[in-house]
Amino acid sequence: MKQTIFQQMHLDAKAKMVSFAGDEMPIQYPQGIIHEHNVVRNDVGVFDVSHMGEFEVRGKDALAFVQKITINDASKLNPGNVQYSAMCKPDGGIVDDLLVYNMDTYFMLVVNGANIDKDYAWCLENTKGMDVELTNMTDEINLLAVQGPKSLDTLNGLADVDMSEIEFYNYKLGKLNAVEMILSRTGYTGELGFELYFKGDKAVAEGVWKAVFEAGKAHNIEPVGLGCRDTLRLEKCYCLYGNDIDETTNPIEAGLGWITKLAKGEFNGSDVIAKVKEDKPNRRLVGFMVEAEKFIPRHNYKISLEGKEIGHVTSGNISPTLGKGIGLAYVAWDNKASGTKIDIEARGKKFAAEIVKLPFVK
Amino acid sequence: MNFPEELKYTEDHEWIKVDGTTGFIGLTDHAQGELGDVVFIDIEEDIEEIELGESFGTIEAVKTVADILAPVNGKVLEINTALNDNPETVNNDPYGEGWLIKIEITDPSELDKLMDVNAYKVLIGQ
Repeated sequence: MKQTIFQQMHLDAKAKMVSFAGDEMPIQYPQGIIHEHNVVRNDVGVFDVSHMGEFEVRGKDALAFVQKITINDASKLNPGNVQYSAMCKPDGGIVDDLLVYNMDTYFMLVVNGANIDKDYAWCLENTKGMDVELTNMTDEINLLAVQGPKSLDTLNGLADVDMSEIEFYNYKLGKLNAVEMILSRTGYTGELGFELYFKGDKAVAEGVWKAVFEAGKAHNIEPVGLGCRDTLRLEKCYCLYGNDIDETTNPIEAGLGWITKLAKGEFNGSDVIAKVKEDKPNRRLVGFMVEAEKFIPRHNYKISLEGKEIGHVTSGNISPTLGKGIGLAYVAWDNKASGTKIDIEARGKKFAAEIVKLPFVK
Repeated sequence: MNFPEELKYTEDHEWIKVDGTTGFIGLTDHAQGELGDVVFIDIEEDIEEIELGESFGTIEAVKTVADILAPVNGKVLEINTALNDNPETVNNDPYGEGWLIKIEITDPSELDKLMDVNAYKVLIGQ
């Protein structure tokens, strides 16, 4: 089992460690997932997300390559811009969702930790015939996500750039605790937040960790784990690869039409995706809220409408903010309207729910 | 972790506290720790009996859902409805205010088949 460079920090904070994407990662700290969820919504929490993968793309054809493998339009990116995107197979199935960074002289692709090997192989295959140099930087890059309304106040005095000038989905290069890094205003929580990409050994990494926590002390900063990362993203309806999207789902049915730029020209899967868009997919990813008492929906629970099976839950949990069960599900296209009353089946029982407008928490 | 000596334990991490023919049933400290934040306890309001080894309710935690299994047969005397508003009591006070259900024990000899504290500690590797 691989450990991230922050392992000792997690152990010092008495984290409960679990195996995730081949790494030993903190799922929660002693005060628990709901507490950590509220820390990020109200103050500031720090996630170690060093398990994420980073690929660098260089060469004359770097942009052409990124355009070919991703569905969003990377030609719109200026240096300093970040873009949410996805990679698709020729059949339109999603290989992964990712962030694309225009680093001026190269692109950086940030992919899911569980998909690094698969994605790298897929990218490499797609470099054939192109002047592209693809490098997997995952093992060299450390990544902390500092998320929550107090994240700006925490980091602002610490970095040598004015963090308040970094707009959503943009980054600046700067130094924090004398370490060069990418200071990126991105995250997976729906809160004001920053992600810090930097190289360096254990001493460097622990130095950054400690400096951030020292600066955040006045703002009630705490380490937070993967458990609340899931509840935070679900309240905002961000897709989780492996749950809501995978190689059997296409971007249109997954509600990722907004990042699917068919006008940019041909890309992997574009023909199929265009056809799906024209014909309308058979199903659609929707959000639902549980109306039944004392029930939390879970991955793969069946969904029915008036006794007829119409889909299944892809992600479900409690919304700590709302105190209710919430979830994402694929349902038949004709049943996707918000306000539709559905039943979720579990343990031989039916639990009432309603398809609602997204996100759950504004 | 805390494991009171006066309780009987099941392999499924329930405990029962016996007072004459009355029993209080709850989840062990180990179980609540593994489950993490408990958010709902769902026991049918009109439940009259619990049946040895059978599920009489579910515990919804953030991470997972678990059945609650009856350690013995019994008639239900009371459900801890205070947990409706404060389910986290199961995490904070698993052997006290976090009890789940109060029963009249049908056959006290069934208690002999449950584990004592030492056997339970061995089970969970303590």
